[in-house]
Amino acid sequence: MTDQQAQNKIKTEEYFINMGPQHPAAHGVLRLILTIDGEIIKNVEPDLGYIHRSIEKMCERDSYQQIVHLTDRMDYLSSHINNEAVCLTVEKGLEIEVSDRVKVIRTIIDELTRIASHCLWWGVMGMDLGALTSYFYAFRDREMINDIFEETCGARLTMNYNVPGGLMFDIHPNFVKRTKDFITHFKTKIPEYDRLLTGNVIFQKRTKGVGILTKEDAISFGVSGPTARASGFSSDVRKHHPYSAYDRVNFKEILFTEGDTFARYQVRMMELWESISIIEQLIDNIPEGETKAATKAVIKLPKGEFYQRVETARGELGVYINSTGNKNPYRVKFRSPGFSNLSVLNHISKDVLIGDLVATMASFDFVIPDIDR
Amino acid sequence: MSYFSDIYKGIKTLLTGMSVTGGYFIRARKGAITQQYPDNRETLKMFDRFRGEVVMPHDADNRHYCTGCQSCEIACPNGSIEIIWDRAVDPETGKKKKKIDKHIYHLSMCTMCGLCIEACPTDAIVWAPNFENSVYDRSALTKVLNQPGSSVLDGIED
Repeated sequence: MTDQQAQNKIKTEEYFINMGPQHPAAHGVLRLILTIDGEIIKNVEPDLGYIHRSIEKMCERDSYQQIVHLTDRMDYLSSHINNEAVCLTVEKGLEIEVSDRVKVIRTIIDELTRIASHCLWWGVMGMDLGALTSYFYAFRDREMINDIFEETCGARLTMNYNVPGGLMFDIHPNFVKRTKDFITHFKTKIPEYDRLLTGNVIFQKRTKGVGILTKEDAISFGVSGPTARASGFSSDVRKHHPYSAYDRVNFKEILFTEGDTFARYQVRMMELWESISIIEQLIDNIPEGETKAATKAVIKLPKGEFYQRVETARGELGVYINSTGNKNPYRVKFRSPGFSNLSVLNHISKDVLIGDLVATMASFDFVIPDIDR
Repeated sequence: MSYFSDIYKGIKTLLTGMSVTGGYFIRARKGAITQQYPDNRETLKMFDRFRGEVVMPHDADNRHYCTGCQSCEIACPNGSIEIIWDRAVDPETGKKKKKIDKHIYHLSMCTMCGLCIEACPTDAIVWAPNFENSVYDRSALTKVLNQPGSSVLDGIED
């Protein structure tokens, strides 16, 4: 009996296995129902709802000032950007123009948030692929950003520093100095990151050519953020629809065409340099001005629909507010980047190994509360 | 031939990575950033703006600044603040005046958003940098912020 005949006699069966909701490589309570044949994945079905808190419904109950703090709890790694998205939408509805000072401070903190988020992602990506050291190095540098936030905003993660019309209070006197110190420190650390992980042969073998997402798929599934830019889809909201102070800074939109896990890794690593460059352009000349435009104690948006989108660390966040003229919104909808990015996971993970799925998921940088809301 | 060069290149990248970790191994004491909590409690100082819990400062005569306007209660998104108020008769003018009986703060429900402190017109409540909030019973986290027998400082309402 030849080998071929022997293989034909052995029957294999597909079976289900749960990955999550408490899987260490799933970054939170994401449950993936895998249909596998041996170790080959045939189907990936994400099962959501483990951390659903009905934030959109709670927004209908709250006033416009109170909505802001709920968005901290969506994508908690880019909480300041989420807050800004809501504030920009409300400001659009009220037709308030915030001062230049507010715009610049918001942009600087946005970029610091992006660096902190990418730092965490880099550490966790290394850890998912078996390199534990990267986790500690990334958290060491992220700690400095958290200190900046804690000193200025009062909180490390759920900052709630934005209010409709500006900022809750002015930046701390140490803010500029600390940010400059961090940038000088961090510039020496990114090459270290590259030496530690980017060039590593095991890391490269596990990421190159794995989880390829084509540009057509990225567009048709609504993928955004660094994930889409690694496939060559120019989707940076900061570039195409500038908000806050992004229209007055020079930065490159990082585009790769490979669309594999390594390209997604490289996009984020190069975005770190772009974020540093944006902060450097703004930090030395923060204009003087008021930090909060005058708003009424009870904000009532005019009747109508308002939409604003921003670029979070994970992609495009859209905030839709439908107002009937009351102090509460009639309907709030968040278009979160994580949800759309997750939808493409099944498409690109067919007939790959489980280990490759872990690498792909790590490069997508999911935050589960952002997907479930 | 490429087989051997792959092995050579692979080992080289591993050694490059190990040179980073090895550098930290040699300079371990210099770069250590770990805080030895709770042994460093005496020296550990939180930032001025740190949001730990809401407190109501009282002066030496047991007086506070809270007029009972309930702005904080309205601003709070999740009902962490409850104010039980009363009307007191002013002995001089005979007018009835609003005063707080109890300013109840549920620390267990608070999300530290800071909207109450922003809303307070008299700065009667402020943040305290206390973060050691673990208790054995949940009811210990429901606090009455105004001290017993305290009264509002004169002239705050005007």
